[in-house]
Amino acid sequence: MAVTKTTASRKQATLDAETLRAMYRNMLRSRLLDERMWVLNRQGRAPFWISGIGHEAVQVAFAMNLRSGEDWAAPYYRDLALTLVLGMTPKDQLLSVLQRADDPNSGGRQMPAHYGCRRYNIITTGSPVGTQLLHACGIALAARMRGEDTVTFTSIGEGGTSGGDFHEALNFAATHKLAVLFVVENNGFAISVPWEKQMPTRDVADRAKAYGIPGVKVDGGDAIACYKAAREAVERARHGDGPTLIEAKVVRLTSHSSDDDQRRYRTAEVIEAEKAQDGLLRFRAQLEELGVLTAGDADEMRAELLLELDKAQEEAEAAPLPEPESALLHVLAEDLR
Amino acid sequence: MATKTYLEAIRDGIHEEMQRDERVFIMGEDVGAKGGVFGVTDGLQKEFGELRVMDSPLAESCIVGVAIGAAMNGMRPIAEIQFQDFIMPAVDQIVSEAAKIRYRSNNDWSCPMVIRAPFGGGVHGALYHSQSIEAMFCHVPGLRVVVPSTPHDAKGMIVAALRDPDPVLYFEHKRAYRAIKGEVPDGDYTVPLGSAAVVREGDDIAVFSYGMMVHTALEAAEKLAADGFSCEVVDLRSLRPLDREAIVRSASKCGKVLIVQEANLAVSVASEVAAIVAEDCFDSLDAPVMRLGGPEIPAMPYSPPLEHYYLVTPDKVERKLRDLAAY
Repeated sequence: MAVTKTTASRKQATLDAETLRAMYRNMLRSRLLDERMWVLNRQGRAPFWISGIGHEAVQVAFAMNLRSGEDWAAPYYRDLALTLVLGMTPKDQLLSVLQRADDPNSGGRQMPAHYGCRRYNIITTGSPVGTQLLHACGIALAARMRGEDTVTFTSIGEGGTSGGDFHEALNFAATHKLAVLFVVENNGFAISVPWEKQMPTRDVADRAKAYGIPGVKVDGGDAIACYKAAREAVERARHGDGPTLIEAKVVRLTSHSSDDDQRRYRTAEVIEAEKAQDGLLRFRAQLEELGVLTAGDADEMRAELLLELDKAQEEAEAAPLPEPESALLHVLAEDLR
Repeated sequence: MATKTYLEAIRDGIHEEMQRDERVFIMGEDVGAKGGVFGVTDGLQKEFGELRVMDSPLAESCIVGVAIGAAMNGMRPIAEIQFQDFIMPAVDQIVSEAAKIRYRSNNDWSCPMVIRAPFGGGVHGALYHSQSIEAMFCHVPGLRVVVPSTPHDAKGMIVAALRDPDPVLYFEHKRAYRAIKGEVPDGDYTVPLGSAAVVREGDDIAVFSYGMMVHTALEAAEKLAADGFSCEVVDLRSLRPLDREAIVRSASKCGKVLIVQEANLAVSVASEVAAIVAEDCFDSLDAPVMRLGGPEIPAMPYSPPLEHYYLVTPDKVERKLRDLAAY
């Protein structure tokens, strides 16, 4: 039950080149889309964006270890990369940012980054932080009742761990040994409030001890370490050994949202220093060093992804907005009198 | 057909639906070996096992939140809240989540579940075991709120709630559990959610009520009948949505309206019924709409004189009806 620290260097040899390249591609694909969302916001074409830049590695690592469409995800608002690996597309998320009728997350009803798509078992998510952790427990409980071996991913920021649902969910999942992966993407800031003012101890993973489950700390900028941690936790859950609390130490390389300016509460030096911890840059350097990816490969990948993105944006911008009266639909299965 | 208590009728409905539909399970505090603090789930764990009749941790947000997740993954959960008073920690899950799941996902997801909770006072339950806070949930689109008043409806409505594709709050008046008995059909039947029932026909005054207060209103109506005043008593049964047609029909027919509830009146079910009558029956009214409910104090106090002072009794209803009759 001890808190374990996963390091990349010792375990990287067991990941094949194809997996590593796929992982990099998934991270880059999310990053490029995320950056495009900021551009659309700053151009005045999208009123809001809330970013996952800096969080990609751990999301990609978990999503690549899930069976898309069979396993379940109860994500939070920074999990853009997770949704893409599970099967949603850049166009899907652009439709949401541009509030189009065909947005599969919500038909333009919710703010962007409120993910959900039944086709991929990504449950609909709202704005309160923490509620989704209990939904993950219920999903896993239902799977247990039917004797299925599916696992459920759920995630939250470290700020969300201060609320009661975090405890209630860990308590319930651990009591019933449910197949839930609790992933805390700890970027050290809840909007503007630093972790020191959020919690008395630095590591959320330490709290696993109180529930008698493994607590794993992982460097969220170390893609290979994230992949290993994810694979281990998914295997445990799938084999009926219960939940794991995984804490990924990540960096938030943007302001909280497009309506926030982190320069009001963080120094320029700190913001600059965090850029060096960017998991995407570190992973690329690592892959080049390993000889898995050449600079040429990476550039080619980028060009190909940008092409996909441009096409997606074009299609999303051409898609219709919702009809005003459609606001009345889907309150209940049958319309009320 | 057998005579059963309100409590037995609820249990029968749950029991039969659990036999018919293996997706149905129940989760709550003390629902297992103890069979619930009132005995509604008595014997169910023995028959269906610990997974389908699950003793939950003492955490209401957990009970409802887990039920929501299970509902999204194909189950038909019953989340039992031990007393309606303790539903507060689960309000975020009910109002922010369950109520909005279909809407916010543009019909991609749904949340078919039933949240059961006993409410109401007159059982020496004091402030935190007596409240009637159903109106809070009646304000929320995306929820159904129902309150049966008879054993017949209690069974038919719990079965209907379990088959409904959306979240249903099913509130049980705890004083009715053993005090109210009635004929309950054997086997499978449902009472449609969203429909009121005329439980006593009359022409002079329409009385709208729900839960235990329906019986209180019937008692008072009987007294007025002795003096030649005929009251139509309507059991609202569904508080969200209200059966607008039924309300308008009875109010228009009688021309005088009294609404009786145990809850305090401000921004309540009675307020909404009064608004419907004002909007749709103005030309038919022969008197101002009157309402009778609990006082505007935080909750029902413990000591007998204080508790009795809070309660809406047949005497109070009778006095109000006579005021209205004389208008």
